[in-house]
Amino acid sequence: MAAVTLLEARGLQRHFGGIPAVDGVDLTLRAGEIHALIGPNGAGKTTLVSLLSGRITPQAGRILFAGEDITALPAHRRVAKGIAYTFQITSIYPRLTVFDNVALALRDSRDLPRAVGAALARTGLQALAGETAGELSYGHQRLLELTMGLALKPRLLILDEPTQGLANEDIAGFKALVRSLVPETTVLLIEHNMEVVMDLADRITVLNFGRSLASGTPAEVRANADVQAAYLGGDDAEA
Amino acid sequence: MNRALALHLIVVAALAAGIFLLPVYHATNLARIMVLAVFAMGYNLAFGYTGLLSLGHAMFFAAGMYAAGLGITLGGWPAGLALLAGPLAGGALALAAGALALRTAGVSFMIVTLMLAQAGYLTILYYTPITRGEEGFVLAQGLRRIGAFDLSQDLNRGLFALGLFTAGLLLSLALVRARFGRIMVAMRENEERSRMLGYNPFTVKLAVMGISGAYAGAAGAAYALLFGSVGASFGAIAFSILPLLWVLLGGAGTTLGPLLGAGLMFYLTDIASSYTSAHQFVVGAALLVLVLFAPRGILGALRERGLKWLP
Repeated sequence: MAAVTLLEARGLQRHFGGIPAVDGVDLTLRAGEIHALIGPNGAGKTTLVSLLSGRITPQAGRILFAGEDITALPAHRRVAKGIAYTFQITSIYPRLTVFDNVALALRDSRDLPRAVGAALARTGLQALAGETAGELSYGHQRLLELTMGLALKPRLLILDEPTQGLANEDIAGFKALVRSLVPETTVLLIEHNMEVVMDLADRITVLNFGRSLASGTPAEVRANADVQAAYLGGDDAEA
Repeated sequence: MNRALALHLIVVAALAAGIFLLPVYHATNLARIMVLAVFAMGYNLAFGYTGLLSLGHAMFFAAGMYAAGLGITLGGWPAGLALLAGPLAGGALALAAGALALRTAGVSFMIVTLMLAQAGYLTILYYTPITRGEEGFVLAQGLRRIGAFDLSQDLNRGLFALGLFTAGLLLSLALVRARFGRIMVAMRENEERSRMLGYNPFTVKLAVMGISGAYAGAAGAAYALLFGSVGASFGAIAFSILPLLWVLLGGAGTTLGPLLGAGLMFYLTDIASSYTSAHQFVVGAALLVLVLFAPRGILGALRERGLKWLP
């Protein structure tokens, strides 16, 4: 399969009060892959995807999406280009119904009941359409957030710790769902659960102290001595 | 779904009956309440639905009022043109104020809109030779007619107020039920999520400010033409607080709440002031009870207790 580049970031830099959160990171996402972003807490993973989605602006570096420079585009314009972001801390409209939550994510407002129903069916939430979103269980709220991301029909879906707080049986369903998205959608996944990462990812990028430590297939990353020292062999080894 | 529309039409029919059947004193009050309710409906679109707590809407009301009033006295405009100038002036000023104030949010937004409105109020006072300041000026009866339709006459005044109110009510009902209405509520509920669904919060909120200001301006112009008085007091801080209170009382984020709130507050003040000079105290006590026992206002409380279909 020819590796077409969907997103390319070069030399991204973002400091917070002099502390480098992201310090000159390069990242290449191939179209149709599941790419995992791993690293210890505070390595800059969420800051990096926030730069990619436009929630914060970089102090240096540039981002190309499908060959177009999007570095200066605000977040909502990037969404229109096909970059969707699901929040690490569930961010839905808690006081609105599940139906309204999904309807807001749909671009095309013709025949809403059918389109919302179809979007909810993908994640198995169709029976909950009339419920108030804030009253759903935590796992269902995570799924709703994912449904909204998918309803945007993104070319790139950024998932920020999607399995955090999910029960084991939900994680299996989540993995199947993410697998079903590719290759139409490219997935960038921040994940702490190494089992999920090793199972799903085509390629992995490891961040440490705001820098990219290694990038490659799961086997390559596992074999990398720097990675072992910094992360996999450290205290928070989960694999 | 259409029982909502039916309810709105019943309300309009009841108001129409009121204009024809009530004694003149109350019919005139009703006309005044309907015009003020238009102001409140505009405020409700910004505050109740979009979550924009503005303390500067008196400026947009006054802009409409002075555009119409000065258009007639200085420009020699016919009344119809003056009435059209109202929403245009209110809307344009709201867009300009919004472009500045929407760079902030929350408490800062309140303060910036308050400051802008105070600047507007002081501008009216500064140009007292033209605006007549606090004292204001009266539009002569002969100037307040559209063709043969004399707006100063009791029945006509009621009918015009009813027409304006009905247009405003149905427009706001259509707006909040449309896709744009859903996006307005989305901004109120979770702006960051909305941004990440591809909506530009600034342009959505600016558009709402423009619409809201146009309502205020239309109400201001209608007030000038129907009741004949134009004055700086309508641009004072109290007139920014009042629509907030009406909306809170009736139910923020409900289409009929502004009318209910404006009507209740009007009669509460009216009745209380016939018993005591401390009518403000009575109004304050009523608001305190409201905040304690029905923080979502009357219609908001009803919606929570079963009438979920109330728009």
